[in-house]
Amino acid sequence: MSELRFTVDHEWLRLDSDGLVTVGITAFAQDALGDVVFVQLPELQAYEAGAEVAVLESVKAASNIVMPLAGEVVEINPELEASPERVNEQPLEGGWFFRFRPSDVDAVAGLLDQAAYDRLLKANAEA
Amino acid sequence: MTLAKTPLHSLHLELGAKMVPFAGYDMPVQYPLGVMKEHLHTREKAGLFDVSHMGQILLRGADAAAALESLVPVDILDLPQGMQRYALFTDDNGGILDDLMVANLGDDTLFLVVNAACKEQDLAHLQQRISARCEIESLFDARALLALQGPKAVDVLARLAPEVAGMTFMQFRRVQLLGVDCFVSRSGYTGEDGFEISVPVENAEALARALLAEEEVQPIGLGARDSLRLEAGLCLYGHDMSTATSPIEASLLWAMSKPRRADGARAGGFPGAERIFAQQRDGAPNKRVGLLPQERVPVREGAEIVDAEGQVIGQVSSGGFGPSLGAPVAMGYVQSSHAAIDTPVWAMVRGKRVPMRVARTPFVAQRYYRG
Repeated sequence: MSELRFTVDHEWLRLDSDGLVTVGITAFAQDALGDVVFVQLPELQAYEAGAEVAVLESVKAASNIVMPLAGEVVEINPELEASPERVNEQPLEGGWFFRFRPSDVDAVAGLLDQAAYDRLLKANAEA
Repeated sequence: MTLAKTPLHSLHLELGAKMVPFAGYDMPVQYPLGVMKEHLHTREKAGLFDVSHMGQILLRGADAAAALESLVPVDILDLPQGMQRYALFTDDNGGILDDLMVANLGDDTLFLVVNAACKEQDLAHLQQRISARCEIESLFDARALLALQGPKAVDVLARLAPEVAGMTFMQFRRVQLLGVDCFVSRSGYTGEDGFEISVPVENAEALARALLAEEEVQPIGLGARDSLRLEAGLCLYGHDMSTATSPIEASLLWAMSKPRRADGARAGGFPGAERIFAQQRDGAPNKRVGLLPQERVPVREGAEIVDAEGQVIGQVSSGGFGPSLGAPVAMGYVQSSHAAIDTPVWAMVRGKRVPMRVARTPFVAQRYYRG
């Protein structure tokens, strides 16, 4: 499944063919944050859903990235240490943060799909 | 509380600015270019800042300069006509009430620019302390303030008024811009060459549009204003200094004019002089210093500073990422025993120790035009 799923925290998830889930933030989120200058990535370990696992520092402020689903982080994006601007330039590709093995792989499909996320953005814009 | 708007508010919206509340005003924090590019553009070409939220005040009368000297540790009596000087309002405990710019317009008239968040309090302070000695006129609703900053600022402004090219750093004069009587100073808050322009509110938008129409100029928001001033080592009131810090603690002794210091011809005579002089003589317990984090993580305001043993020795007062430096920059207060250049200290960021080095400011060389 290469289709993206989303959270209300503006993170995206992609379930890859190896059973691992890749996580990043959406184009909307990177635009709201502004220029990212530092990314503190998670440790390679298991986290509960909702745990604060990473920190994004923009020129303006720091924001937390939470674990979207319970699971074990097995890989982090090594490019972000030297090139945090990838998060702004390619939020859905080179700007990914980490990959994790979900405790419940079926939970991924239960997150927002593209249409639902687009509705969320529209509702936020109108609020 | 309803946010106030500057005369350029609708222009900011038209330019696609992200607006945030600042000092009671709805202000642009960034435009579509983004903080990083706005910052770099200002250092490379020219940036236009709306700083109309700041307070502009006129003092008039033969005794105005002497009266103002009773509130600031700065030489105002000998401030030449056509010059501007940095000053501090001190309080009776030697703390800093605000920092400001004072210009001598001639004809016994002084022009003050004070911080937005402090302007009502500053006006009340002036009225309470010196209204019997000079006329005090608030221009809060009458004048807007634009800053045009960067190495190309002079080329841009000289197209409207060639005489500004001959001004040097901290000079001040009346200039006709688009047929309107403005006050122009060659100064700013970025470390770059540039100008601050006081313009009647009704003419502010036309002037801003004319400047933005020049190819070198981009609109710049408060986000880049903060990173530019931080790299330039310039203090932000309410963060890097306050009523809790004296000019000595804030490392602003340079702003106290020699004639007003303990051994000067007009020593003292400003609020808190005794305490400030005592600190100058005996040393202050804490000092403001520049700080260079040695890792890439930004160290922000409020972070505790610890020594090698983990003892708290101070706090970060301003910090963030310096786009021109390509690295985080900060300033903060540390115990004076740790204030020497190159002293290793650590900031606590999310429970981790980030190594820092006490460093000289400015972090990025100032490029003022001194002729």
